[in-house]
Amino acid sequence: MSKSECRTLRARALGLLAACLLLSGAAAAQSKFPGIGRPATPAEVKAWDIDVRPDFTGLPKGSGSVAKGQKVWDEKCASCHGTFGESNEVFTPIVGGTTAQDIKTGRVRALISGDYPQRTTLMKLSSLSSLWDYINRAMPWNAPKSLTVEEVYAVTAYILHLGDILPADFTLSEANIREVQNRLPNRNGKSQLHGLWDVRGKGDVQNTACMKDCEKSVTVTSSLPDYARNAHGNLADQNRLIGAVRGINTAASAPKSAVATHPGRLVADKNACMACHAVDHKVVGPSYKDVQAKYAGKVDAVTLAARIRSGSSGVWGSIPMPAPPGLSEADAKTLAEWVLAGAP
Amino acid sequence: MANQPPGAIRRAPEHFLGPEQIADVAAGRRGFLRSAFLAASAATAGLASGAVRAADGDPAILNLPMHTKGLGQPVAARPYGLPSRHEENLQRRESPGLTRVGAASVSFAPLQGLFGIITPNGLHFERHHQGWWDIDPAQHRLMINGLVKEARVYTMDDLMRLPSVSRMHFIECGANTGMEWGNVAVPTVQYTHGMLSCCEFTGVPLSVLLEECGFDKKRGKFVLAEGADGSSMTRTIPMDRALDDVIVAWAMNGEMLRPENGYPLRLVVPGIQGVSWVKWLRRIEVGDQPWGSKDEVLHYVDLMPDGTHRQYTSIQECKSVITTPSGGQQLLKPGFYNVSGVAWSGRGKIKRVDVSFDGGKNWQTARLESPVLTKCLSRFNIGWHWKGGPAILQSRAIDETGYVQPKIRQLREVRGNRSIYHNNAIQSWKVSESGEVWNVQV
Repeated sequence: MSKSECRTLRARALGLLAACLLLSGAAAAQSKFPGIGRPATPAEVKAWDIDVRPDFTGLPKGSGSVAKGQKVWDEKCASCHGTFGESNEVFTPIVGGTTAQDIKTGRVRALISGDYPQRTTLMKLSSLSSLWDYINRAMPWNAPKSLTVEEVYAVTAYILHLGDILPADFTLSEANIREVQNRLPNRNGKSQLHGLWDVRGKGDVQNTACMKDCEKSVTVTSSLPDYARNAHGNLADQNRLIGAVRGINTAASAPKSAVATHPGRLVADKNACMACHAVDHKVVGPSYKDVQAKYAGKVDAVTLAARIRSGSSGVWGSIPMPAPPGLSEADAKTLAEWVLAGAP
Repeated sequence: MANQPPGAIRRAPEHFLGPEQIADVAAGRRGFLRSAFLAASAATAGLASGAVRAADGDPAILNLPMHTKGLGQPVAARPYGLPSRHEENLQRRESPGLTRVGAASVSFAPLQGLFGIITPNGLHFERHHQGWWDIDPAQHRLMINGLVKEARVYTMDDLMRLPSVSRMHFIECGANTGMEWGNVAVPTVQYTHGMLSCCEFTGVPLSVLLEECGFDKKRGKFVLAEGADGSSMTRTIPMDRALDDVIVAWAMNGEMLRPENGYPLRLVVPGIQGVSWVKWLRRIEVGDQPWGSKDEVLHYVDLMPDGTHRQYTSIQECKSVITTPSGGQQLLKPGFYNVSGVAWSGRGKIKRVDVSFDGGKNWQTARLESPVLTKCLSRFNIGWHWKGGPAILQSRAIDETGYVQPKIRQLREVRGNRSIYHNNAIQSWKVSESGEVWNVQV
């Protein structure tokens, strides 16, 4: 290597070094707080960035049929939402209140007339992405994010089929979802033009600060019915025992329960068991009466406690019962004893 | 009496029976009972006024109690302090029948017993969509992605090294007072207004993090906040809000957030309904359009009389309520009362609160206690001489934009009665001649 060649190389290397320094200098100047935080990896962003917007940005490619959706629905959804999405037992109904005419107009008529008893999901849904995204991120209730992309498409399609928006032989996919959006019964039933999103916006209801002789007469138009006075429990027990006022004793005539709450019930409440179980009717899981009928006299409390603590699946249907985090062995036994006694 | 533990409350009527009388009862001699009960009722009335007077004075003064004559408890007997056992009536409570599963439900703060403007952490209202968790803070991460130069990840260690702010703000669920759109439905202020709390929150301004990640100032018009729980709650926040006063918070009232309130990290979005204050916050995404999430399209939408749903109705407009005396309470006896309540506005500071004692015919301006802060509860007080007659108490707040809290009929004229959300109507409490206070609408 000649001297001049060597010099040129050295100059180039120095140039590169300078460029590198400049670059890193620029990067450092960007952060006011060096040493805090780090870049997210593409895999990390992919793992968490699951949102789907009304323009379907973020929607994963895939498809799912109504038929497949029915299978998933019956296994994982129907226990809370009813076979036809009509159930009002655990959550408000998903299906109902929309018509073929609504699909044409994009406005749900029952919302205007008010002659449907309850607003269902399909009556409110203006963007299909909201339904897809919600099922994908939050369902099933006790095992969110456990559905595959195909299952999410399929369940979405099945719900729309239950609402007579899609035929039984339909397969919903990222390719046709925009056309399906244009069949939503309430796609035109939304409004974002109001003063209640912008902090500088103007409210739509006005009052004036009148100070004297503001009303000609004052009429009580609504008051608490007598039967509702104790509906929230005895108000005497919900107010401080000293000070300017006392709570009214609303339980004076109501019968008092002399029975103390069973410790097993307290464990059930504390560990969110009652989110999926009820004493005498099926919710997501079986009723405690049914569990008692099946196991009492056959399985002891220790065995049942172990099963509760480990979680179980397949015994009462396909929805698994996850292991309750933080349920101690002793608490599990108390709980099991309570269940085996018929959850008194 | 000697065996009575210090400070124990004995309930009527036994409290008013002397040892001889108790012996009489034990021996089956009951002839005196009627007069004893009359004495007991008189004593109850006496208690209410503060003292049971014997001939030579008040036994509470004359008979020195154990706590004056004995040795009290040592320090750190309760390493994490608890309220007095005499305060256990003030608790968060559910409204029976409102929801069917406790993990997608709400518990209401007992506003009827709270003072000032700060909600104690253990009494802060709860609203969960898919249950609450006590998350390991060492494993918690916040990601910022979307229209940013560099998507970034922060640990709690990272976030808590950043320059923090501490600010007092109210949080109110958009559905607060929602049960009262059609008619009176619930008995007390806990259930009419208890999806309301107010804390001093500490955290790093969201604007600091957005700047750090180099957010796209041209196209970045909205941010999405997302929770780490099963529901992974998502809510859209306009960029001008996000850059204004939104805080990524880890503390409330001087300690870390409570698990029920999003430990270890939640978003604080002052003036905006509680659903946007995403708990267990795991991600902020910058975008150019709103996300239309479940809680922006299917819930937290206001049904109008023409059948349309208003989406993104987020601002909690100016509102107030009298907390003492309030529904389900009993005034002790005629005389002076300090009528007290709270007022708040999602658009700024409270300017004035007026109170009416005649159902809105005539109004007087109440005293606003300091501090009066933006998007924060303000406490108001006004003296009242109750002469024993019927009355209807109301409060009406005005915020710094000049907006006047509306009457329920004014709200219904514009929005009908099926809206569920954003009922900020003037609340009426009817006082009967007997001193009972009940929830009414006029």
